[in-house]
Amino acid sequence: MSIRVQNIVKRFGDFVALDDVTLDFPTGELVGLLGPSGCGKTTLLRIIAGLESADRGQVFLDGGDASSAHVRERQVGFVFQHYALFRHMNVFDNVAFGLRVKPRRRRPPESEIRRRVRELLELVQLDWLAERYPPQLSGGQRQRVALARALAVEPRVLLLDEPFGALDAKVRKELRRWLRQLHDRLHITSIFVTHDQEEALEVSDRVVLMNQGRVEQVGTPEQVYEQPSTPFVYGFLGAVNLFHGRIDGQHLQVGVENLSLGQHEFQVGAEALGFVRPHELEIDTDLAQGSGLEARVERVLTLGATTRVDLVGADHAAGRHYEVELPRDRITALGLVVGQRVRLKPARIRLFSPPRPTERTPCAPDGDLVGGYGENI
Amino acid sequence: MKGVLIAVALSFFSLFLLLPLVTVFAEALRKGWAVYLAALVEPDALFAIYLTLLVTAIAVPLNLIFGVTAAWTIAKFDFRGKQLLTTLIDLPFSVSPVIVGLMYVLIFGAQGWFGPWLMEHGVRIVFAVPGLVLATVFVTFPFVARELIPLMQAQGKEEEEAAVVLGASGWRTFWHVTLPNIKWGLIYGVVLCNARAMGEFGAVSVVSGHIRGQTNTLPLHVEILYNEYQFAAAFAVASLLALLALLTLVVKSWVEWRGR
Amino acid sequence: MHARAARRVLPGFPLALGYTLVYLSLIVLIPLGAVFLKTATLGGEQFWAMVSAPRVMASYRISFGLSLLAALINAVFGLIFAWVLVRYRFPGKRIVDALVDLPFALPTAVAGIALTAIYSGNGWLGQWLEPLGLKVAFTPLGILVALTFIGLPFVVRTVQPVLEDLDTELEEAAASLGADRWQTFWRVVLPVLTPALLTGFALAFARAVGEYGSVIFIAGNVPMVSEITPLLIITKLEQYDYAGATAIAVVMLVASFALLFLINGLQAWTSRRHGSI
Repeated sequence: MSIRVQNIVKRFGDFVALDDVTLDFPTGELVGLLGPSGCGKTTLLRIIAGLESADRGQVFLDGGDASSAHVRERQVGFVFQHYALFRHMNVFDNVAFGLRVKPRRRRPPESEIRRRVRELLELVQLDWLAERYPPQLSGGQRQRVALARALAVEPRVLLLDEPFGALDAKVRKELRRWLRQLHDRLHITSIFVTHDQEEALEVSDRVVLMNQGRVEQVGTPEQVYEQPSTPFVYGFLGAVNLFHGRIDGQHLQVGVENLSLGQHEFQVGAEALGFVRPHELEIDTDLAQGSGLEARVERVLTLGATTRVDLVGADHAAGRHYEVELPRDRITALGLVVGQRVRLKPARIRLFSPPRPTERTPCAPDGDLVGGYGENI
Repeated sequence: MKGVLIAVALSFFSLFLLLPLVTVFAEALRKGWAVYLAALVEPDALFAIYLTLLVTAIAVPLNLIFGVTAAWTIAKFDFRGKQLLTTLIDLPFSVSPVIVGLMYVLIFGAQGWFGPWLMEHGVRIVFAVPGLVLATVFVTFPFVARELIPLMQAQGKEEEEAAVVLGASGWRTFWHVTLPNIKWGLIYGVVLCNARAMGEFGAVSVVSGHIRGQTNTLPLHVEILYNEYQFAAAFAVASLLALLALLTLVVKSWVEWRGR
Repeated sequence: MHARAARRVLPGFPLALGYTLVYLSLIVLIPLGAVFLKTATLGGEQFWAMVSAPRVMASYRISFGLSLLAALINAVFGLIFAWVLVRYRFPGKRIVDALVDLPFALPTAVAGIALTAIYSGNGWLGQWLEPLGLKVAFTPLGILVALTFIGLPFVVRTVQPVLEDLDTELEEAAASLGADRWQTFWRVVLPVLTPALLTGFALAFARAVGEYGSVIFIAGNVPMVSEITPLLIITKLEQYDYAGATAIAVVMLVASFALLFLINGLQAWTSRRHGSI
């Protein structure tokens, strides 16, 4: 089933949680709603479910306006952040709940309910835990019970609020893969909320990036990662190095130094912010070269096949931190030592206009935007 | 240091808590079992037991329903003035029992606002059972609500929302999801409410008029016997109330143990 | 645009709120209002004369003074009690812990006659204390004993949970930095406990001020010497002096509400300090 939200506005007191959001969720896709905490993603999910009502705007389920439909009528499956398992019921009764509360004429017979629950528990690989109570389960098991419970009523859409938020790193990775496989089998339209970019990129068919109640970008994981459309998306989706300067023909002038640019549409003399991912930054040990930014090696850390080099800017850029990722053998070839002065040369720079002060809404602290990028988020 | 502190605490405990408790039973049995039992089966005592049970049987369910309703309102919904409402529910705790009695005398007494009207229609509230019930309802008002509000607030509303998403109706959600979760807190609140209802003295003393066989509850009966220097009988009746107190503490400990 | 009332997912809000407000008004607010309305019929001067008569003033001194003293005793011993219950293990601890709540559960009249029996001239303790010149029953000292009894659980039960949550790491940290036991207690432990301790103190005080049942048996009830304010209200009522009784009641109510307000503030402070539960 497809979902469309149109011009959704939601305020909590003075705080604008959702500011005119319009989005389409096509049938059968698994979409990740990604953004920092407080960006409105959970509120949007709850509005789609009918757990919260919007101040303005509509929700369409399968093309029909469902804005005023009660949660009970929307036929959605919702997996809560902390699972909300009924703690006084065992796993079996939890999963059976939604079937047992159906009005008598639509309620399947008890034998059918038992069969369905067994089937679902097998699907989530928990049939051996049917008699256990929620407090006796691990976090990952609770998560899967919650999912089975939501699926039991055969929902038209599945909504998951921070489904892996409360789990430890290892279980998280496993469940992530498992959820993806489950979706590939069931093909039920699903939306999940997360603040973890790795999770969103790995699991989703499409990612919706949200910030301060607005949609920043919608696209496939590759699109949003490779072609971020706003500085926010760039910074949120991975580590980034930031260069603040002025356009000078084919160069970005940063202080007294120049970084080479490719094609761009900026006017000469315009102020610009250059974004460069750590793996897009080259290190040149030849200081005599004209272009590039001088920096000093602070730390070299090799983990697996890649090596991370932390650097600190020299001279006018002193105090700024940079991060470079290079293949291990490249580092060996360079023979970097701590304290050494080198030149940083971006292989690719993505330019944005610096945000004007008026564009900042009160809930974006200064550091979030500029400082944050420089520090490698 | 540890030894000294334990000694201080246990001395204080024995002096202020254990000794009074033991005294009740010791004094009750001072003149033997025969006197003890006679004091309990005497008609005025039996009536006092009956009246205490009657008043409690009315007051506790009323406050139980209120407590659950108020806790549902406060814990599961957001609205303006919630903090004020919570404070107002606690108000009866800070009112002296004597003043509670006074209130009802002012409203329903012979000199009170509704006094003449009630007299004309032959309805007695003060110095009669309705007055006892009203006073008891007032002093036990917050018990259930107070127990449930923090409990339900801590539990949040996710489970109820989950039930509604799965299609459960409001009643169904309340009976099958909310109620099982607050069961122990509810029992605890009711037990405390019950103990206070049966043991209330000051407030009912003012509105009772102390008419034997008509408006005398157990605590008031204790007072009458005591003032008539029938100490053994007074303590015999008091021992019933002390047993109730001990039972209350047992249930409380049990509920706390279950809650863990 | 949709006309949309703020829709609530969980049912019953209007009904539940309505019922709560109606019941609260009928049982609590309107009767309390009656007391204030009744006083409003008195003139300011008349009211003042009633609430500041010498016998009434004496009763305030006794009620408020002894309640304060009892609450102080409870603050000290309640803290020790809570400490012992949380930090040490000893035989019978669970029973001691359970019995702390006895003053909550035991009807006040029963407590009153039991304490009187213990401290009267031929009682278990009275027979040893009176030859020493220490009369407890039928004196203000007796009132103090009764008020201490009923106030004890308040301090223990407010301090206990905070102490349970207090990480011993904190004390170990203080010790590792060179603080001795007293310094650790005064500078590290006590400041953390202060909000809870004050709350318990205020609760015990508020309860003691209004207490009636456990006091009247042991007090002796001599005007100007051992007559508590609640008893004075009853005396006035029995003399059909409704206006006088009500005026004194208003003074007590105002004091109690001020205390309630203070306690609410203290509890908010405790939970802020302590993190919400």
